[in-house]
Amino acid sequence: MAENHATATDVPVPYSTGDSKITDTTIAEMRELAARYPVGRSALLPMLHLVQSVEGRVTPEGIETCAEILGLTGAEVSAVATFYTMYKRRPVGDYHVGVCTNTLCAVMGGDVIFDRLKQHLDVGNDETTEDGKITLEHLECNAACDYAPVMMVNWEFFDDMTPESATQLVDDLRDGNEVKSPRGATICTWKEAERVLAGFPDGRADEGPTGGKATLAGLRLARERNWTAPSPNGGGSPAPLDGGPGPRPEDQPGRESQAVHTDDSRKED
Amino acid sequence: MLTPVLSDNWDQIRSWQLASYQRSGGYDALRTALRMQPADVVSAVKDSGLRGRGGAGFPTGMKWSFIPQDNPKPKYLVVNADESEPGTCKDIPLMLASPHTLVEGVIIASYAIRASVAFIYVRGEVLHVVRRLQQAVAEAKEAGFIGTDILGTGYDLDVIVHAGAGAYICGEETALLDSLEGRRGQPRLRPPFPAVAGLYGSPTVINNVESIASVPAIIKNGADWFSSMGTEKSKGMTLYSLSGHVTRPGQYEAPMGITLRQLIDLAGGVREGHELKFWTPGGSSTPLLTAEHLDIPLDYEGVGAAGSMLGTKALQIFDETTCVVRSVLRWTEFYKHESCGKCTPCREGTWWLVQILERLEHGKGSKDDLETLLDLCENITGRAFCALADGATAPITSSIQHFKDEYLAHFENGGCPFDPMASTVFATAGASA
Repeated sequence: MAENHATATDVPVPYSTGDSKITDTTIAEMRELAARYPVGRSALLPMLHLVQSVEGRVTPEGIETCAEILGLTGAEVSAVATFYTMYKRRPVGDYHVGVCTNTLCAVMGGDVIFDRLKQHLDVGNDETTEDGKITLEHLECNAACDYAPVMMVNWEFFDDMTPESATQLVDDLRDGNEVKSPRGATICTWKEAERVLAGFPDGRADEGPTGGKATLAGLRLARERNWTAPSPNGGGSPAPLDGGPGPRPEDQPGRESQAVHTDDSRKED
Repeated sequence: MLTPVLSDNWDQIRSWQLASYQRSGGYDALRTALRMQPADVVSAVKDSGLRGRGGAGFPTGMKWSFIPQDNPKPKYLVVNADESEPGTCKDIPLMLASPHTLVEGVIIASYAIRASVAFIYVRGEVLHVVRRLQQAVAEAKEAGFIGTDILGTGYDLDVIVHAGAGAYICGEETALLDSLEGRRGQPRLRPPFPAVAGLYGSPTVINNVESIASVPAIIKNGADWFSSMGTEKSKGMTLYSLSGHVTRPGQYEAPMGITLRQLIDLAGGVREGHELKFWTPGGSSTPLLTAEHLDIPLDYEGVGAAGSMLGTKALQIFDETTCVVRSVLRWTEFYKHESCGKCTPCREGTWWLVQILERLEHGKGSKDDLETLLDLCENITGRAFCALADGATAPITSSIQHFKDEYLAHFENGGCPFDPMASTVFATAGASA
């Protein structure tokens, strides 16, 4: 592992702090998750997400509770919890801030951004600021390469980042300013995000656009040049005269494209 | 030139909602499919020539036909939405913009293989995608497209959205099954193949998001319509994802067989004032190609003939400011981190690959190290349960093949000869964007 990705593994993690927040409600929700699957053990990953949403990390109490409900040993649950990168043994801050440093993002500026944030926040990889607000981590590819360099806050996309926009972002988070993902919702806390991943929706699916500029790049070009797929009945189709993709004029006035953020001018043609 | 089908509704208002999707003809294909015999749905997909869009290119309809219908166990459909291959970024935007395209495909595919439970295994690191999938499934249930006696046909189906927890290996289909069973995501020995003994030991089909999302259009418009696009053995339209040093990176939906030269042209060219140095046709696990390969058809056969693989059509473009050794080192660190540890050649081998590449990148290597690297790669490739190990060696062997001089320049120079700032997006725009 490259030096700049080193983790402070010499700092001991308390096995248990004895202040578990797992309640009867949590246990009932875990049982509800297990009941959703043909075989209860399939709910283990969601249950561990739920543990993190309550405890702020995977605690020994969380592991034992999962084990008890699923009829497993604590060791069996630990074996799973320690395999997956998203499960954290150390407490995570209110905001998990990730910087993609896989090759493409790194080359496009991710390495510079990650270094800048480490300095700015005075933390290393996978460490949390003293105020408990931000945990910084370098990420592997998060499937948004057309928006490189990419950052994630509580697993929401932040696209086309620069060292300046990155430091502004973490400052806003620390100051408690409202922060919105350009392709997602208003940023919630990491624990709230974990609850959604566990399988309990938070009703925010309608926030944000259909996609950003890169998502729509090909479609916009096709619209501009009247390119369409062949029509179903009769081979290659000439583009319709009105230039639209099909008969849906009622959708024309409010094309989603108007709502897509266009404040980033760097990649504008 | 471009043929938007999967992406055609992405510019509609709230395209992720059921109402918007139905305004564009959504769920018409489901009604058509439910009037057909399941075996006829399988035949239609077979006839279309659709091949798996997750990288391997296996014919989707054939995969479905392997499900032994005389097996008394329940059948399962599992959608692989664990998109994590470096460079790959097509399924995530599809699910954000139009999750119902996937959900409709899931219902049709489940009906075809006679599954009564389907799973969408989505990587955990994409919160808003999870939200939109959860909502789409809930809307489809509400509308009677999922549940009991779907549209009065007597067909029952439950669909479960399942978030992973951060492990690239879970994109490998048998590791995904172990993960979905609540275990460490480690690949299984095959045979038995998942079609015979998959999830919970039952017959299971595992398909990529884009493959399943292509099904409604095939049912709606016909197999002939689909196969009228593309090349002889690679049919249909597909999402090509351009990233890196191009003017307008993004998703470009085109018939199979378009060339990179055409795509880069559509994307406004390579970053201004620079030229193409190397690219991946389908993520980091597919051997690197160079400017000599600009005119190969981007289909399974064309890219294969050029010594690489079409993979996920994740076209990562790197210009001449990029150090190939640094790039390959970083990918190798990724494979080392993501190796599940089950097979020794991969677990130990990727560790050693990183040690040697680090030495080379920092100018402390020697010519012998290149030989050692290639020797290691030979001992890793094909010697593990799954393709992660093969993927790990692909960037190394292909980069040494095309850029041996650059490796040599590193130790002749006593370090990396490239300025890492020059390759960044903010290098020329000033740091104020």
